[in-house]
Amino acid sequence: MDSSKKKAIHEDEDNGPWFPMLFSFFSEMTSLTLFTAKYCKNLFIPPYEINELLKQCYFVGYRSLPLVGITGFIMGLVLTIQSRPTLSEFGAESWLPAMVAVSIIREIGPVITALICAGKVGSGIGAELASMRVTEQIDAMEVSGINPFNYIVVTRILATTLMLPVLVVFSDVIALAGSFLAVNINGEVTFTLFFSQVIDSLAFSDVFPSFIKTFFFGFAIGLIGCYKGYNTDKGTEGVGLSANSAVVLSSLLIFVMDMIAVQITDLLF
Amino acid sequence: MNDSNSDKKKTNETDETSAKEFAIEIVDLHKSFKSNRVLKGLNLVLAKGENLVVLGKSGTGKSVLIKCVVGLIEPEEGSLTVLGENVLELKDKKLNDLRKKVGFLFQSAALYDSMTVRENLKFPLRTDPSIEEDEKEALVKEALENVGLLDAIDKMPSELSGGMRKRVGLARTLILKPAVMLYDEPTNGLDPITSREISKLITDVREKYKTSSIIITHDIACAKITADRIVVLKDGVCLTEGTFEELQNSEIPEVRAYFE
Ligand SMILES: Nc1ncnc2c1ncn2[C@@H]1O[C@H](COP(=O)(O)OP(=O)(O)O)[C@@H](O)[C@H]1O
Ligand SMILES: [Mg+2]
Repeated sequence: MDSSKKKAIHEDEDNGPWFPMLFSFFSEMTSLTLFTAKYCKNLFIPPYEINELLKQCYFVGYRSLPLVGITGFIMGLVLTIQSRPTLSEFGAESWLPAMVAVSIIREIGPVITALICAGKVGSGIGAELASMRVTEQIDAMEVSGINPFNYIVVTRILATTLMLPVLVVFSDVIALAGSFLAVNINGEVTFTLFFSQVIDSLAFSDVFPSFIKTFFFGFAIGLIGCYKGYNTDKGTEGVGLSANSAVVLSSLLIFVMDMIAVQITDLLF
Repeated sequence: MNDSNSDKKKTNETDETSAKEFAIEIVDLHKSFKSNRVLKGLNLVLAKGENLVVLGKSGTGKSVLIKCVVGLIEPEEGSLTVLGENVLELKDKKLNDLRKKVGFLFQSAALYDSMTVRENLKFPLRTDPSIEEDEKEALVKEALENVGLLDAIDKMPSELSGGMRKRVGLARTLILKPAVMLYDEPTNGLDPITSREISKLITDVREKYKTSSIIITHDIACAKITADRIVVLKDGVCLTEGTFEELQNSEIPEVRAYFE
């Protein structure tokens, strides 16, 4: 057992660890690009699976509301409590609602919600599609003359793309409610004052770009989940692997996309 | 001169008619996965109305063979004619039309776990807008009745036993009234009694739906009930073929092994 492990490591060294890693990275990127291209093409090819799309929107959106709501609430609450000491040190405690609102709407709300959905929805899609592949359900659709890509993949990617912005807006609102509660723990701020401060602090350049990027986050979650699940090839073991790597890769992609989005926003606004 | 010409014409005609007699004709099929050569020049014909059993050990490429037939796997070499059409040249719409005439019962039955039995059976009909909703319901009930499972119509696949899943899978392929049926190990993992029921069902399906079938199995009892002719696969080619009785008396050790 031990010796075989050693041998495996040794073999890797013989080939040079970098070349296989780079090779698998590029081949993965190529097939992911092809998969994305296929999605874009099939998006416009009938049959349009409207009923299945609505069903997936229900699963992705409605079923995630409680989780997203709770995390949003805690996020707003904690952020407010943590920021208060620093702000009061500078005597800027009255800035609290504005600061929390800007950080939630611009950055924390979209990213945290997207990461939570990558964990919940992305892994779910990855595991579901992988088990459909392993138990030959996808093949069964194909041989009965139905386009499984349109039915399974297109609907899911579209559902996550459309539902994530909704979830983010929901989470932002709940987070602000949590923040309002935290502000009120030590002090008295009326509801109207709090929200007028929040709205005054937000500009179009805060809200619009961060809303647009949530579509891309949703797209990434659906795309990676479907890609990993649809292309699984390691039998039952592949189901777990697909779910796992769907979460890892889509979380990573969310951060990368966020970084790019911030650069673009910085240039444009 | 005249004579030979008419002779030629005659042989041509018989050639054509004999080609039409085949539901499936496979010539010199090659398929490998990376370095793993699975099919190495396989030849096989399925006559119309015939029940052909394909015997072979696990991993000899039986599933790969019938997946090639429906275009799920693309072979590297060889020709594949199904119901008079060259599968390897068909694309999108035409391939789908052909697939609707070919029923495929998967090894694992491949029921859609997120749908009830009724929805599973209606699923293949969804692309056909000419069928009304009541008509679909009637077709579902008819297909389930033919496999003796009408009471399971509202169950989820997870509530069914292995034998019932196979039957629902069979009903789902029968709902499109296929001309050719491909069974991938229909009795695999079932007890002998259920196996016999499924085997009988396969012979009933031929009577009722006038299908031609390829039945892949390594269950000799199933072969005995269903087979008109048996082909034995080994190492990616046909080892031998014959009726059940002929193979029973065969001298080839690999074939004898099945009957012991
Ligand atoms: N999609 C695939 N990718 C790689 N190898 C495969 C694939 N499908 C089948 N094989 C290989 O082909 C061989 C034959 O498989 P299969 O046709 O499933 O055997 P069986 O005769 O038991 O049905 C096996 O060695 C299997 O590993
Ligand atoms: Mg098999």
